[in-house]
Amino acid sequence: MDEALIGALTASTLRVATPLILCALAGLLAERSGVVDIGLEGKMLFAAFAAAAGGAVLGSTTAALLLAIIVAVTLSWLHGYACVSHRGDQVVSGMAINIMAAGLTVVLAIAWFHQGGQTPPVSDAVRLRPLWPGAAAALQGMPAIGPWLGAIVGDGLLGHNVLVYATLLLVVGVWWLLYRTRFGLRLRSVGENPHMVDAAGVSVLKLRYAALTLNGVLCGLAGSYLVLAQNASFAPNMTAGRGYMALAAMIFGHWRPVRALWACLLFGFLDAVAIRLQGVALPGIGEVPVQAVQALPYLLTVILLAGFIGRTVAPAALGRPYLKER
Amino acid sequence: MSSTTPLPRWADLLLMPIVNLAIALLAAALVVALVGQSPGEVLKVLVHGAFGTPRGLSYTLYYTTSFIFTGLAVAVAFHAGLFNIGAEGQAILGGLGTGLVALWLGPHLPALVLLPLMLIGGALFGMAWAAVPGYLQAYRGSHVVITTIMFNFLASTLLVYLLVNPLKAPGGMSVESVPFAPSAHLPGVHEALAWLGIEWPSSPLNLSLVLALLAALGVYLLLWRSRAGYRLRAVGSSEGAAAYAGIRPQHQVVLAMSLSGALAGMVGMNEIAGVNGKLLLDFVAGAGFTGIAVAVMGRNHPVGIVLASLLFGALFQGGAEVSFEVSGFSRDMVVMLQGFIVLFSGAMAYVISPWVASGIAWCTRRLRSVPSGAMSASGAPHG
Repeated sequence: MDEALIGALTASTLRVATPLILCALAGLLAERSGVVDIGLEGKMLFAAFAAAAGGAVLGSTTAALLLAIIVAVTLSWLHGYACVSHRGDQVVSGMAINIMAAGLTVVLAIAWFHQGGQTPPVSDAVRLRPLWPGAAAALQGMPAIGPWLGAIVGDGLLGHNVLVYATLLLVVGVWWLLYRTRFGLRLRSVGENPHMVDAAGVSVLKLRYAALTLNGVLCGLAGSYLVLAQNASFAPNMTAGRGYMALAAMIFGHWRPVRALWACLLFGFLDAVAIRLQGVALPGIGEVPVQAVQALPYLLTVILLAGFIGRTVAPAALGRPYLKER
Repeated sequence: MSSTTPLPRWADLLLMPIVNLAIALLAAALVVALVGQSPGEVLKVLVHGAFGTPRGLSYTLYYTTSFIFTGLAVAVAFHAGLFNIGAEGQAILGGLGTGLVALWLGPHLPALVLLPLMLIGGALFGMAWAAVPGYLQAYRGSHVVITTIMFNFLASTLLVYLLVNPLKAPGGMSVESVPFAPSAHLPGVHEALAWLGIEWPSSPLNLSLVLALLAALGVYLLLWRSRAGYRLRAVGSSEGAAAYAGIRPQHQVVLAMSLSGALAGMVGMNEIAGVNGKLLLDFVAGAGFTGIAVAVMGRNHPVGIVLASLLFGALFQGGAEVSFEVSGFSRDMVVMLQGFIVLFSGAMAYVISPWVASGIAWCTRRLRSVPSGAMSASGAPHG
C-alpha cells in the first residue's frame, strides 16, 4: 500500500460516509423517541431536489441549505401528523414519503427545468469547496515525512468541505444532546416508556415532534450534501438507497451516535474499496465480485439483527403510537 | 378527536376507499394544475389510454397482473400482522427461479410440463427469499420490515452479479441471459384468443392474468374459508390470544412470509415467462412497492386487491399514454399518485375516518329528525 492509495481511500470513505452519518443521526433521533423512520430515503431525496432547485435558481448556498431543511422538516412533520398526532402506521407513512418523494421530485423537476427530471447544475460559487485547499501542498513540503503527511492528512483528512467536518461535530453534538442534557434524557425515555414520561408531566407529543424536527434538519443537510458537495445537480432517484443504508448503519450502531458513526465509516470504506477492487485479484482469495462488497453492508446488518454478532436492542416503545389516557 | 363514533361497516368497506382515493386524486390534480397542466385533460387522455382501445386495455391488464401478485403478497403477510416491504426482492428472486428453470430444462421439456415447473421454481425462490426474514423475525427477534428492506438490496445485487457473470449471454453486449427455448414461453392472451378464432391486438398481456385471478381466489379461500387461514389471521389480530388457543405464532409468521414470498415470486411468470423470454435487469420495475399501495388501497382483501390492481394498472398504462401525448408529463406523476394513495388511505386513515364518521352521524341525525320535526335532543356525539 502506498501513501497515495491510503490517502485516496480515506478521502472517499469520508466523502461517502458523510450523508450516511447525517441520515443515520436523523433516524437515530426519531427512533430513540419511539418513531420508526423508514422515510429517510424520501426526505433526503426531496431535500436534495430542494437544494438543487434553490441553488440553481437563487444562486445562494444559504438559500439552498435552508430550502432543503424546510422541505425535509415539512416531510418529518407530515410523518408526525400521521403517526404521532394520530395513530397512523409509522412504516406505511415512511413508505408513503419515500414513494411520494420519488415521484414528486421528478414531476417538479420536469415541470420547472425541462431537462428530463434533472435540474441545471448548481454553479461553483454555490457549491461547498474544500476548507483548506492548500493543506496537501503545504504538508508535502515538509521534510522526510512530507509525502505521507501530504497524502494521508492533507488529501485524506483535510481536503474536505465544511459540511464533512460539521457532520463529525454533529455526531458529538447528538451524543451530548442525548446523554448529557435533560432534553436527551426525556427523549430517550419517551422511546422506552412514554407512559412514564407522560405521568411525569412531560408532553410525549412535543418530545416526539422535537425529535422529528431535528430529524428533518439532519435529513435536509444530508440531501443538500449530495448536491452541494457531490453531484452538482439533481438527478431522479439520486439517493440510490443511501437512506436505507443509513437506516442499516443506525441499527448496526445499536441506535447510538458514536457507534453509528463507525458503522457509516465502515459502509463508506466498503463502498470506496468496492470501486477499487474491480478486476483486482486478491492474494489467496482471487477476484472478489464488486457486488459482493456492495452487498456486504446489508448482509452484515441482517446477520447483526439475527443476533449472530452481539445483541441489538431497539427502543422499547419503537413503532407504538402513544394514546394519552383520558 | 373527541368523537369516537365507530364507522358503519358499509362505510368502512365502500365509502372509505372512495373518499381516500378522491383525496389522493385531488392532491395529484393540484400538483398537475400547479405544474401548468389541465387535470381534466390529463384524466381524459389517461382514461382513454388505459381503456379506450383493445391494445390499451391489454396493457392495463398486463400491469394489473403483476400488481395482483405483489398486492396479494403484501396482504397475506399483513393478515399475520407482518409488513412485508420485500415483495420487490421476492419478485426478483421469483423471476430468477422461473428463468433458471427455463434455461436449465427449456431445451428438453415440452411447454405443458415446463411451464408448471417454471411457476413452481419462481414461487419456491420467492418463498425462500421471504422465509428467511420470516424465520429471523419468529425465532431471532429481528424485525421483518428492516430485514426485508435489506433483502431487497441483496436480491438486486445478486441478480446483477448473476447476469454480469455466470448467466450473461456469451458475446452479447447487454446484461441479460440467452433467450429461453420456445417451450418456455407462456402464451399471450392474443395468441390464446387466436386459437379460439378471436382476433385481438398483440400485447404483453399473457395467461398469467388467469393465474393471478386464481391466486386471488386461492388467497380468499385460504384466509377466510380454511383452518390454516384462521390460524394465520388469529396470530395477526392477537398473537397472545392465538398462542393461548394453542396456535404457535412462530410457525404462522414463517408460513405467512413463505406464502407471501411465493405470491410475489409469481411475478416472474408474467414478466419473465410471459413477456421477456430471457432473464434481464429491472424486470420487476417497482411492482413490489406498488403492491404496498395496492394492498393498502384494497383493504387487504382479494376483491379489493384485484380492483386496486386494475386501478394502478390503468394508471400505469394511461400514464404512459399521457406522457406521449402531453408534453411535460412523465410517468413519475403516477408514482407520485401512488405515494399519495399510500399516504391518505394508509398512514392518514385515522385522520380521515373520524371526519367521515361524524359526517355520517350528522346525516343520519338529520334524516331521523326531519319526519318527527324535532331536533335531535339526546347528547349525540358532536364533531
